[in-house]
Amino acid sequence: MRFMPLIWGSLRRKRVRTFFTLLSIIVAFLMFGYLAAVRSAFDIGVQIAGVDRLVLTHKTSIILPLPLSYQDRIANVPGVVDVANATWFGGIYQDPKNFFAQMAVDPERYLRLYPEFLIPEEQKKTWMADRTGAIVGRYLVDKYHWKIGDRIPLTSPWQKKDGSNTWEFTIDGIYDGATKTTDTTQFIFHWKYLDEARTRRNGYVGWYIIRISPPDQAPEIVKRIDGIFANSDNETKTSTEKAFMQGFAKQVGNIGAIITAILSVVFFVILLVAGNTMMQSMRERITELAVLKTLGFSNSLILTLVLCESLLMALLGGALGLSLAWLLISRGDPTNGALPIFFMPTSSAVMGVVITLLLGLATGTLPAVQAMRLRVVEALRRA
Amino acid sequence: MQRLLNWFTQVYAVGILNLRTLPQRFGSSAATVVGVAGVVMVFVAVLSIGEGFRATLTETGSPATALVMRTGADTEMMSLVSLEDSRIIQDAPGIGRTPSNGPLASPEMLVLVDVPKISTGTAANVPLRGVTPVAFEVRPKLKMVAGRKFVPGRNEIIVGAGALREFAGLQMGDTKQWGRTDWIVVGVFTDGGSVAESEIWADLNVLQGAYNRGTIVSDVYARLVSPGDFEKFKAALTTDPRLSVRVVRETEYFAEQSTTLTNIVTRLGFLIAAMMGVGAVFGAINTMYSAVATRTREIATLRALGFGGGPVVISVVAESILLALVGGLIGGTIAYVVFNGYHASTINWRSFSQVAFAFRVTPALLIQGFVYSVAIGLVGGVFPAVRAARTSVAAALREL
Repeated sequence: MRFMPLIWGSLRRKRVRTFFTLLSIIVAFLMFGYLAAVRSAFDIGVQIAGVDRLVLTHKTSIILPLPLSYQDRIANVPGVVDVANATWFGGIYQDPKNFFAQMAVDPERYLRLYPEFLIPEEQKKTWMADRTGAIVGRYLVDKYHWKIGDRIPLTSPWQKKDGSNTWEFTIDGIYDGATKTTDTTQFIFHWKYLDEARTRRNGYVGWYIIRISPPDQAPEIVKRIDGIFANSDNETKTSTEKAFMQGFAKQVGNIGAIITAILSVVFFVILLVAGNTMMQSMRERITELAVLKTLGFSNSLILTLVLCESLLMALLGGALGLSLAWLLISRGDPTNGALPIFFMPTSSAVMGVVITLLLGLATGTLPAVQAMRLRVVEALRRA
Repeated sequence: MQRLLNWFTQVYAVGILNLRTLPQRFGSSAATVVGVAGVVMVFVAVLSIGEGFRATLTETGSPATALVMRTGADTEMMSLVSLEDSRIIQDAPGIGRTPSNGPLASPEMLVLVDVPKISTGTAANVPLRGVTPVAFEVRPKLKMVAGRKFVPGRNEIIVGAGALREFAGLQMGDTKQWGRTDWIVVGVFTDGGSVAESEIWADLNVLQGAYNRGTIVSDVYARLVSPGDFEKFKAALTTDPRLSVRVVRETEYFAEQSTTLTNIVTRLGFLIAAMMGVGAVFGAINTMYSAVATRTREIATLRALGFGGGPVVISVVAESILLALVGGLIGGTIAYVVFNGYHASTINWRSFSQVAFAFRVTPALLIQGFVYSVAIGLVGGVFPAVRAARTSVAAALREL
């Protein structure tokens, strides 16, 4: 530690060069932090999946509906604690670009299955009593500036018995997520409203959500449930919520691989830049290092000093870069709606610090070893 | 005039000197070149995803083909059109005729089926389209490249070239079981690189039966006599009191479908490229500063000899731009060679179905990349150049 001034001094030797190398390192870690958030956002469905929830869809295709009569039969399966249903509505709010999930549900059951949706009691009561009411997530409220009491019209391919395709809803409540990763992008209303007014698929729902206990018996319970409906007209495919979400994430493609590839390129380049700077800096200071050795600094001490210098630079750059990334991330979703849950996962922050250390070691090792091996006489002659 | 010529000669002389001494600064120059190459490569590669996806969805649609869906449906999947309605649509004005004088209007039904994706091994939603023979005439670019078309009435399917590439178990002769029905693959088709190549096609009536849809279809594809007939076609259908439909050109429909993904990719792509570019600028500045530093004496000598500050600045900036441009060329070439035509598939968020596409490195993208690299070189060279020109000659000569 008493050599700190020496290390600090060598960094300040060519301030401009140190400054710009530091900036490159900052940018690299800024990218690292930001892309970690992007990757996490694509994966988010998987992360927030309930550990004790299953999703049951039609076996042939996710777009085929299931009879409501299945609900009680599912509830009677050993291991099943609770069942809810939901149906995709697919309506348009003003413009097809305004895409958000609209679901027709059994209100009591749905809120029981998703306790992470927090809603004030009076709003909940109003909604239960209002057949054409809806509750919406905080994200939608912020995006479209809705208020409680607003009447929201949605155009939908579901035709009503009166012939029109416009369905009107009243916002009775706003729900918030229990954690920052909870999905607050949903528009939820009464299935009874949909079923009574629509002209087809009456008595059918889109999918079922099932709570089981204990969660580790999921594979057996899944088999039991699917077994009941095997060979029927509407065969089922049950999976854990996590596997279901993973299926969707995988359909997007290997985003993780792409981002890792990009980051590899970035870090490789930064390594080159920072490493090159260190080498240059060492070359310039050969005389000084030789003098230090003459004064009695041991080889291993010289090695440590050089390594400390590169580590210091890397740590400084890494810390600033990650902090900047955190600031940028808190500004929210960069894609205007496609990645609503956007934050920096703690694991990435930790990994960032580890990489900083590795970077410091990697860029410093070669110059440090060279410095250590320096022969005083030759070095002084070279000046 | 003489002064101008003199000035140019100076720039040339200093420039040549810089270039000749470049080998001495090989390490840091190489670092800049590699840095800029990396930036341009990532920039072009990421944006080529969006270009490829967009190309598949938009450039392959025809402005003379119109889709008729139910009002309020934003995708074919959500739309339902009855048999009577599809007959009314077939009689609308503006529709072209087949050789046998039938209307070029194809009623089609679109559903999704679960097929494992080869690259991840997990299930993906693939579009399965039920069509009648006229569908092949509504799509003039469609042709069979292996096997034959399905025979109407049989449980046979034909697969698009993209679907064949991306999803498992769709080889000729393979059987697929969806619902209670077994389907056998009898042919492979291409359609000019359009989104139809990500689909599986079957006979409409057989599919309707398998999915209990009665006589209902999803929509009607109509090939108009010319793109200009669209307005009268649309007017006739939207003012008909018996119908409640939405009429859109195939090109517009595809454009709508692709916005979400193209949006994501473009925004993220530019963001990443911007951040990398900033990093590359700092790298370039570093290189040029050291380039200038090692030649302080030379530059001072030149100035003592009478070379103006201007030529010095220009030559340093020129060197920086040259290095960056070389990096840009390398990066662009790598991106083109490695990524152009790279096949992939992803989910179209609008309809939850898969679209097979290929990364597309367009000339416009490459030019953008080059411009970017020149900009990096410019910004990277300016500060060191100005500093080199401003240092007093005496101080510089003293720096040994």
